[in-house]
Amino acid sequence: MDKNLEKGKSKNFILILESFIEKYKVPIAGVSALILLGLPFMGFSQYIMRIFIMIGIYSMLALGLNILTGYTGLVSLGHAGFYAIGAYTASLLSLKLGANFLVAAIGGAVLAAICGLLVSLPTLRLKGTYLSIVTLGFGEIVKMILINWDKVTNGTLGLKNIPRPSMFGLKLTLVNNGMYYLMLVLVALITLLCTLLIKSKIGRAFMSIKEDELAAIMMGIKTTRYKALAFVISAFITGITGAFYASMIGFIEPNSFTFDISTLIISIVIFGGMGTIRGMFLGSAILIAFPEVFRFLMDYRFVVYGLVLVLMMRFRPQGMLGWKSQMPYKLPKLVKESLKKNNKDNLKTQQI
Amino acid sequence: MSGILTRNCVATVIIQQLFNGLALGMAYALIAVGYSLVFGILRLINFSHGAVYAFSAHIALLFVGLNFGIIPAIILSIVLTGILGVLIDKTALEPLRMNNSIPMASLITTIGMSNIIQNLLMIFFNTERKSFPAFFDFGMIKFGSVQVNSTQVVMFVVSLILLVFLTLIINKTKLGLAMRATEQNSKAASLMGINTNFVISATFFLGGASAAIAGVLISGYYQIVYPGMGFMVGLKAFAAAVLGGIGVLYGSVVGGLVVGVSESYAATFMGSSYRDSVAFIILILVLIIRPTGLFGKKDIKKV
Amino acid sequence: MAYLKVNSITKQFGGLVAVDKVSFEVEKDEIVSIIGPNGAGKTTIFNMLTGVYGIDSGEITFDGTPIHNTMPQNIVDIGISRTFQNIRLFPNMRVIENVLVGTHIRTKYGFIDTLFRTPRYKREEAQKTLRAIEILNSIGLGNRINDYAQNLPYGEQRKVEIARAIATDAKIILLDEPAAGMNPQESEELLRFIRELRDKGYTIILIEHDMNVVMNISDRIYVIDHGKKIAEGLPADIAGNQQVIEAYLGGVKKDA
Repeated sequence: MDKNLEKGKSKNFILILESFIEKYKVPIAGVSALILLGLPFMGFSQYIMRIFIMIGIYSMLALGLNILTGYTGLVSLGHAGFYAIGAYTASLLSLKLGANFLVAAIGGAVLAAICGLLVSLPTLRLKGTYLSIVTLGFGEIVKMILINWDKVTNGTLGLKNIPRPSMFGLKLTLVNNGMYYLMLVLVALITLLCTLLIKSKIGRAFMSIKEDELAAIMMGIKTTRYKALAFVISAFITGITGAFYASMIGFIEPNSFTFDISTLIISIVIFGGMGTIRGMFLGSAILIAFPEVFRFLMDYRFVVYGLVLVLMMRFRPQGMLGWKSQMPYKLPKLVKESLKKNNKDNLKTQQI
Repeated sequence: MSGILTRNCVATVIIQQLFNGLALGMAYALIAVGYSLVFGILRLINFSHGAVYAFSAHIALLFVGLNFGIIPAIILSIVLTGILGVLIDKTALEPLRMNNSIPMASLITTIGMSNIIQNLLMIFFNTERKSFPAFFDFGMIKFGSVQVNSTQVVMFVVSLILLVFLTLIINKTKLGLAMRATEQNSKAASLMGINTNFVISATFFLGGASAAIAGVLISGYYQIVYPGMGFMVGLKAFAAAVLGGIGVLYGSVVGGLVVGVSESYAATFMGSSYRDSVAFIILILVLIIRPTGLFGKKDIKKV
Repeated sequence: MAYLKVNSITKQFGGLVAVDKVSFEVEKDEIVSIIGPNGAGKTTIFNMLTGVYGIDSGEITFDGTPIHNTMPQNIVDIGISRTFQNIRLFPNMRVIENVLVGTHIRTKYGFIDTLFRTPRYKREEAQKTLRAIEILNSIGLGNRINDYAQNLPYGEQRKVEIARAIATDAKIILLDEPAAGMNPQESEELLRFIRELRDKGYTIILIEHDMNVVMNISDRIYVIDHGKKIAEGLPADIAGNQQVIEAYLGGVKKDA
């Protein structure tokens, strides 16, 4: 009884919160945009700005994994592999061929996406956990290749002096905040991509697979194809992020892409709320910022990431921001218009 | 003359590596059994098992360092590791079962646990590789032209005895009966008065204890211990369990031996950097060709 | 030739013959019921019709084309859709989203349309949403479209499943115990709705336990017991059939 009451209260709270946001969405969006755009002018040190950029990077990684794990229900333990492929491919393209950042990043993302497809194809008929293990194997194999293929990857020494992107003749750096703004643009684009996908038949197919795969099949959804698509999109996003990371940090080595990175991305997705976009930002902000804020916990940060997984599953599996919207379903504009018209017609006929 | 000699050498190497592989494979089987037992009862792949294995080796090392003597150190490690297994279940997994959480929740929880254990080991024992005493080194034993290290013989024999012992527990004891009943249908088992939570704890204890024995054996063989050691070995054991058919005990033994031997051969003939990739290749091939493994049963899709 | 023709299909699980040379036919615009005791093999038949299981022998043809041993997705595409005995909705999705998943297979816009929100995307998305609302209205769930499926009472969840099956533009709808868990009034409404469906041109195959429902609604009935067809006919014939009564009363011996 009490529990129900509590549930009702929290639902109510969510509804109030959501209505508030809906009502003031223009000012809220405006203020957030102003803050994000103005951050570099608020006198933060370069160190802090770098943390902001890392939060952006992990938001992108989380958004990428979220497509696969949050929406489609496939747990990948090998996203560090896609991240590495994006980073190495883009770096090599710009180091050896002098490709500019955009071309290099897209090259990295495309190769990551192709690998996503290759990983997904043989594994899609596997049940959840097996698939996770194969993705883990993939992540390790990528690392092994990076270490052993020294002719190209320079082995354990890694790649140095990865050039910073330059756009419109301007070299983007940390000092001129170009990297920060590039991060904002990428985060915005990836968020847009995710939103557009999720609010479509593609997103509904993803979610139906997570909810009940057999029922989805029986509705005619080609589940293997959609699972592969989820893999490809997820890997693509992760690959682009890898390219950005490499050019931001300037130096990569195989050990930048360990299993710990994969679990960190999962922790963010789960902490923020699987299957939500808002949660990814909160998740990465908190999990990336906390070891910096609590310096004494630096050594324990991977322990804390592990604890986050265990505690969230136990006490709040839906994640911090993982509530279900209590607002009415957003009907497409055309539908609203035609329903209105119908209502009017009905009224007219009633009046007659 | 020299041709014959090389041919002889090759034959010797092949046999030598076979022994290496068999000894290692038996130890993998011991770890694989831990995956299999837990999977059989909970339909869960216990991701933290590799970290549990690493824990056991560090505990043994700790007690040896404290001058407990080798045998007491091993026994303590076995008991404490078994308890760690139970603790993982009691603190993290049992509450999820009570809440009827989705399967993904338990999987993620065990990943989290693995992270916690491994990183705590790193904090308390450093990330460096530490040397581990060669417990069972009594010199070389000759079989014709092939020399076998006594460590390997001990590893093989001890693992074999333990696996037989485990099989006996499962097939002949009351606890084993309860385990099998819980595996078939945990609800019905609990209605018949079986304390399923106890059975699950016992399973985790047995899994942890066998991992500890494997941990001591393998560490004694390589004479090296480090916090990340469980990751690769855990995966190899998992590959072994899947190859044999996860949930099938003797399958784990066959799987372990196949993984162990192919790893030895790969390291010898293709270079040691390929040592670790063999298990992945086996795992991926099995999952693609026959996901139920060699001896696993196929589930009928229920609608 | 019959609209749906099932010719001597057999399914074995290990040594157990779950369905043994069962044949039946369904004509267009008909309501046909398959009845039988628990474990008789009714749901297995549905699973074979919808491609969840392959068949070991026999054949199934729909409108003249063989459809056995094809992928479930293709069978939905051909025009056969179903509901499940234990409800299988997408519990954390809204009612309307559940039904929209049903329209998925008839929604033709692609990836590029989605990314760029092309007119095609907008048009189709609007059409399908309207269609979903229309179906939900007709089944009496018009006030529930915003709810999450898991929050609905049992009877309404069954209705959502039916709505979802209709949304695939199926020609034949297989209903697996649609009245289970409904109160008499609800099941009365459901019967009326199923009849309306038939009158609109849908063909219905029904598995049902509730004899009241079956006798009331069926045009014809097939009785299955132990994987075999033991009787077929009009409701009145079945009601008086000695073998059927025995099967239902639990194997009373003939000489008893």
